[in-house]
Amino acid sequence: MNLLVRLRPVVFIAVLLVAWQIAVTRHPGHILPGPWGVVGGIADLLRHGLLFKYVVASLFRVSWGFGLAAILAIPLGLTIGWYRRAEMAINPLVQVFRPISPLAWIPLAILWFGVGDSASVFLIFLGCFFPLLLTAINAVRNIPAVYINAGRNFGLGPADLVYRVLYPAVIPQLLIGLRITLGVAWLVVVAAEMIAVDSGLGFLIVDARNAGNRYDLVVAGMVIIGLIGLLLDTAMRSLEKVKSFRWAYSED
Amino acid sequence: MASVTAATPARGIKLRVENLNMVFTRDGKSTPVLQDINLEVPAGEFVCLVGPSGCGKSTLLNIVGGFLSPTIGTVRIDGEIVHGPDPRRIFVFQERGVFPWLTVEGNIEFGLSKLSQPGRKQRIAYYVKLVGLEGFEEAYPSELSGGMKQRLEVARALAVNPDMLYLDEPFGALDSITRLVMRGELLRIWEAERKTIVFVTHDIDEAVQLADRVVVLSARPAAIQRVVNIDIQHPREISSSRYLELRDGIFQQIGLASKV
Repeated sequence: MNLLVRLRPVVFIAVLLVAWQIAVTRHPGHILPGPWGVVGGIADLLRHGLLFKYVVASLFRVSWGFGLAAILAIPLGLTIGWYRRAEMAINPLVQVFRPISPLAWIPLAILWFGVGDSASVFLIFLGCFFPLLLTAINAVRNIPAVYINAGRNFGLGPADLVYRVLYPAVIPQLLIGLRITLGVAWLVVVAAEMIAVDSGLGFLIVDARNAGNRYDLVVAGMVIIGLIGLLLDTAMRSLEKVKSFRWAYSED
Repeated sequence: MASVTAATPARGIKLRVENLNMVFTRDGKSTPVLQDINLEVPAGEFVCLVGPSGCGKSTLLNIVGGFLSPTIGTVRIDGEIVHGPDPRRIFVFQERGVFPWLTVEGNIEFGLSKLSQPGRKQRIAYYVKLVGLEGFEEAYPSELSGGMKQRLEVARALAVNPDMLYLDEPFGALDSITRLVMRGELLRIWEAERKTIVFVTHDIDEAVQLADRVVVLSARPAAIQRVVNIDIQHPREISSSRYLELRDGIFQQIGLASKV
């Protein structure tokens, strides 16, 4: 029974793939390649050594953009959240910048950084910076005063208070924010690579279309993006299972 | 009424609250919360502050604990003015105060960073046993019941060997059975260690069961209405005529009938 329940999604996907293949075989045309064609596309990419190269290129940009944003936004956000007045001063500005899609920055990114890695890293950075900043601000503001008071009561100085109370108290919220933001970064990299560079999975998709309508490669690129996105999310989720981080998820 | 003070004549004054006034200002409106509080607590005494909900007794305890500054007046401990919280005087918040990211051991260890590793282990083991949490050393607070979390917080407070304990309605969130057990445990610990305890509660029965003296506060702005000496030996017979007399006296003082 348990095995059947676990196999259910696998079976469901298999049925969809078969239906897809049957539909494409019955109505051959150029609307969509079949799953078999997509597998062929992935094999093509593997043969030319492009799959690995493009995946690494995309992950490289995401790592830099996401990493820089995390390194800057989290300490900044924690500081702002701690000082109520700073939060009141900065909040309106953040609220104006936040709804601007990172894609709207593409022209400026290319103007400032030219076509290349820096421009796409910059776009990913922008896509991650504001959500992470807000996550960090809120994480600090949501720490119950009782933890801070208890920490001070036990004689902690400012550095110890940050390390032994503030940091563990905000970690669960930060992890959720980081996971969601990594998803955003993975969305942004595809768009950035369509315009600003000549490698990566986003580039693969536009290039496959422009260079000869290879829609099998387009869909192959989409499938790989989906799978890697899933892997990234799973990796981040596994962090949430660490026991000393997990308190916030198990407590009501 | 004189028998308790007579039994403990030579104790020094631990806590002295002088002319304490507290006014909260919010949106330009000022609300007086505490009015001319004067109180002396001898070392080793168990004092309960009782008063109606929202009267300001928690505010008073927070000022005494150093978490809030009074508008006027001073709090002195051993003659020194209190300017902030201090590990010699630990505040026990309800069970909410334990750190959820630390295990039972980790919580008790929290204030012990100055001790050597073996000293720390020994201290942890002692207080785990004292509050009856053996077998739960590795458990996180989310795996504990409300009463266990409360005992854990008391253990964490006692482990740093403070002179004083401040307890702010510590048993308020517990069910009535656990509450009775916890009162018993607190008295046992107090009789063993003789800390000076300031205990805030709105439960008059609880105050009369625990305290050497009960300080009765009025509704806001809180002023001390009366200080009642509870001259009954522990363990207290809660159906004795003296107990009922003292309890009903406080009920009357607060303006409540002792009948439902």
